[in-house]
Amino acid sequence: MSEVKELTCICCPIGCSITVEMDGKEVKSVSGNNCPRGDAYARKELTAPSRIVTSTVKVTGGDRPVVSVKTASDVPKEKIMDVIREISKVELQAPVHIGDVVVSHVAGTDADIVATAENEKV
Amino acid sequence: MSDRKCDLVIIGGGPAGLAAASAAREAGVKDICILERDKKLGGILNQCIHNGFGLHTFKEELTGPEYAARFIKKVKEQDIPYMLDTMVVDLSADPASGEKLVMAMNKEEGIFTLRAGAVILAMGCRERSRGALNIPGYRPAGIYSAGTAQHYVNIEGRMPGKEVVILGSGDIGLIMARRMTLEGAKVKVVAELMPYSGGLKRNIVQCLNDFDIPLKLSHTVVDIKGKERVEGVTIAEVGPDRKPIPGTEEFYSCDTLLLSCGLLPENELSRQLGVDLSPVTGGPVVDESLETNIPGVFACGNVLHVHDLVDYVSGEAAVAGENAATYLKERAGKAEAAKKEADIRIVTKNGVRYSVPSTIHMEQMADKLTVRFRVGDVYKDKVLCVYLGEDQVSRTAKRVMAPGEMEQVILLKSKLLEIAGGSIDEKHNTLTITIEEK
Repeated sequence: MSEVKELTCICCPIGCSITVEMDGKEVKSVSGNNCPRGDAYARKELTAPSRIVTSTVKVTGGDRPVVSVKTASDVPKEKIMDVIREISKVELQAPVHIGDVVVSHVAGTDADIVATAENEKV
Repeated sequence: MSDRKCDLVIIGGGPAGLAAASAAREAGVKDICILERDKKLGGILNQCIHNGFGLHTFKEELTGPEYAARFIKKVKEQDIPYMLDTMVVDLSADPASGEKLVMAMNKEEGIFTLRAGAVILAMGCRERSRGALNIPGYRPAGIYSAGTAQHYVNIEGRMPGKEVVILGSGDIGLIMARRMTLEGAKVKVVAELMPYSGGLKRNIVQCLNDFDIPLKLSHTVVDIKGKERVEGVTIAEVGPDRKPIPGTEEFYSCDTLLLSCGLLPENELSRQLGVDLSPVTGGPVVDESLETNIPGVFACGNVLHVHDLVDYVSGEAAVAGENAATYLKERAGKAEAAKKEADIRIVTKNGVRYSVPSTIHMEQMADKLTVRFRVGDVYKDKVLCVYLGEDQVSRTAKRVMAPGEMEQVILLKSKLLEIAGGSIDEKHNTLTITIEEK
């Protein structure tokens, strides 16, 4: 039994409307995407959806009380709140630099949490 | 107090100002100064900690601060001077010399004036406020624009509230619905006056759908309860006339109302200088070089028209920077600094609301000119058509066009000249961008 699913690609702000033909749990075809990332997104979204998570982490002794962070790679969608819970416990000492690893293998995933901004020591 | 001279002054150190400065330096402008009112360069990107920036420019997905950092690094490597915590308070032109007088102030120097050969306006935009929305009710604490809330959470590390209703489905509102949820708040509903969202589709998916936050289209806030602090809001459905339908009111208890109802280019300084502004965009009217009606004054980024993608802002700003460099080399200080009248006027109709640029001088036109615009409604399965005079330049089938997503056409100089028969005559001095049936 083939089934057609409509998705909006979230890989970039263009937001392509993607049509996916499914046969049971298998993806038969992907169309409507403007780039290969859309193809990969559609296949993944229907089998194992994942997201990049962005948030902030507390900083002491810095020019701002928080620094922005992200997961260096995407994490399973159902793990988003676990990731957030874990990074809310973290407190860093300034200075923090872009790319600094803040937590490795966050919430049991393969992804590290890295800083995405500079926080200078004051 | 003697005025300092500076070839190129750039007002604003956000994505537009940074990219313009960098491009102007590459095009040979030695004496540049960026004036930024915040403590850091980077503008609004510093608080846009979500990802999705830079796919066009860097072919990778960055967060706002990371995207800004790339441009800040470049500006520093190019040794371009910038002044932080510095607010421009007045902008005027010296009629005798054609120089622009940029009056600014900061804590160290007080008030000072820069005499600029050319100026790039890169001040960005501002959020539409509650006052501009005419929402009835008291004025309790707990009502914020989405961007203000974003600043509290992402820069100051503070939460504006626990139970949230969001009015307007602009991108910042959608992003904040997710952000507040991740930080432990309950976002009860996003209400949008229009029958379509004002934000990008991807943000509806990953900010609302991922967290089961309902989006109510054709709904608005009709009452705010609470005197000291917001206690709740009443939302009602609106009809095609956008007026609330009696009997559809629904009360949501909440302590916070976020407003994400559109952005307005910030052009107080442009107005002081006498720059012509478009009644549609609120931004300057510009030609192919992104030059305003005042010779030597250019505009780019959200001060010109509100963008969805920072990548496009950077690209546009680089064009402004290069053209400012050309102006300084070829026209600044000369009696004929003003350009001749434009060869082509761009007209938009049938749902195309405006275009940037709105005029073209063939002599200054690049081989490829990107013309950007927005449509006024959701259009499905239509054709986007461009005509020079009566002659067709292009026809592009479009699956969907929506007000929340900026559109563009790329004009080739060679093609325009070919259609017009070698030079632009009276029959070909209007370029029309329009939407037609298939």
